[in-house]
Amino acid sequence: MSRAARRPAIALLLAPLLALALGPLLAACDDEMSHQPRYDSYEPSELFADGKSLQAPPEGTVARDEPARQAALDQRPAMSAGLLARGRERFGIYCTPCHGYAGYGGGTVPTRGFPRPPSLHEARLREAPSSYFVDVITHGHGVMYSYADRVSPADRWAIAAYIRALQLSQNAPLASLTPDERRRLGGGS
Amino acid sequence: MPQIFTASADTRLRAGMLLLVLAVLGAGLFIGGYMDSSYATLVGWTRSQPVPFSHQHHVGGLGIDCRYCHTGVETSAEAGLPPTHVCMTCHSQIWTGAPMLAPVRASLATGKPLHWNRVARVPDYVYFNHSIHVARGVPCVTCHGRVDKMPLMRRAHPFQMGWCLDCHRDPGPHLRPPDQVTRMDWSDWDEHPQDHKLYGELMVKAYGIEPSKLDDCNVCHR
Repeated sequence: MSRAARRPAIALLLAPLLALALGPLLAACDDEMSHQPRYDSYEPSELFADGKSLQAPPEGTVARDEPARQAALDQRPAMSAGLLARGRERFGIYCTPCHGYAGYGGGTVPTRGFPRPPSLHEARLREAPSSYFVDVITHGHGVMYSYADRVSPADRWAIAAYIRALQLSQNAPLASLTPDERRRLGGGS
Repeated sequence: MPQIFTASADTRLRAGMLLLVLAVLGAGLFIGGYMDSSYATLVGWTRSQPVPFSHQHHVGGLGIDCRYCHTGVETSAEAGLPPTHVCMTCHSQIWTGAPMLAPVRASLATGKPLHWNRVARVPDYVYFNHSIHVARGVPCVTCHGRVDKMPLMRRAHPFQMGWCLDCHRDPGPHLRPPDQVTRMDWSDWDEHPQDHKLYGELMVKAYGIEPSKLDDCNVCHR
């Protein structure tokens, strides 16, 4: 065998060895498999003037689920334990930072300088219809921003229902309690 | 005819072969160590961000739920980064003049999003879905660590396949009741690991989770 013919043979033997040694090193780099030529969420794009790959829909676009959302917003769901549980959870996420867990307006954010929101237990808000709370969540009120992008229409009704439960919890007349419940309160019958 | 090989040729050959074997072993050890080191996994590294946002302050200090900002986490693959509008829900009223927040105000004024640098990232060939993990009770803290103790966001765990599989092969002990998923400091079951184990076993049954199939390649790679 000539020298020239032997060289490819040696290369063939060495190639797998090299691949074995370099493979993991190459994999450690940001290769094409790890960064595929596609847009991930929020990735910048040079295609559009504003540099975003996540384009906002053009003005006047109607989302496919818009009628369903509107219907959920117009129609007040039936009161149920499930609705209240959902409302309690959503209230805890989106409302308590300002309104506090009991709804008096003593959340952590107002203690840091945000204007204190009104208590949910004042007469004006006790008498307001549930749709008022849904409307405030949807459009915002005063310094409160709209939460329409964070709280779905069905969840807005759930929060409104939970606000009703909160209000009742702070204003329940004694006469509405059963003797057993009164005993548990320690007041006797 | 002169001798082709010197007297020491054998020794040199053996020494050379020994060196080669040592080099291959050493390279293997080095590469393995490197891949597990924080240089490759980026565990504990912070990245520079346009605004030094503190999860410690917002989550630990103010007690804001993860979902207040990461609204997509229950319904979509991506947890979602908050639009500037969400930051300004509070910061239209507090710290309105803080130089630290100037980029946020500029973003709201111009409509140009803040350019955050991603901390928790899996490669593009991994199709991770937040919503299913959250719905089944895998808490945020399992992957993202105690963000309520991170003044600047950093990666808490190596996002390597072995780490994913540890849980996929035995998901039960990692599951929590759904209402405790976003809690950072939940420790109710720490003193009663038996309860947690039992809950996990029941939930694996209730949700129809099949650990034997959870490590199929196509669960995460498509």
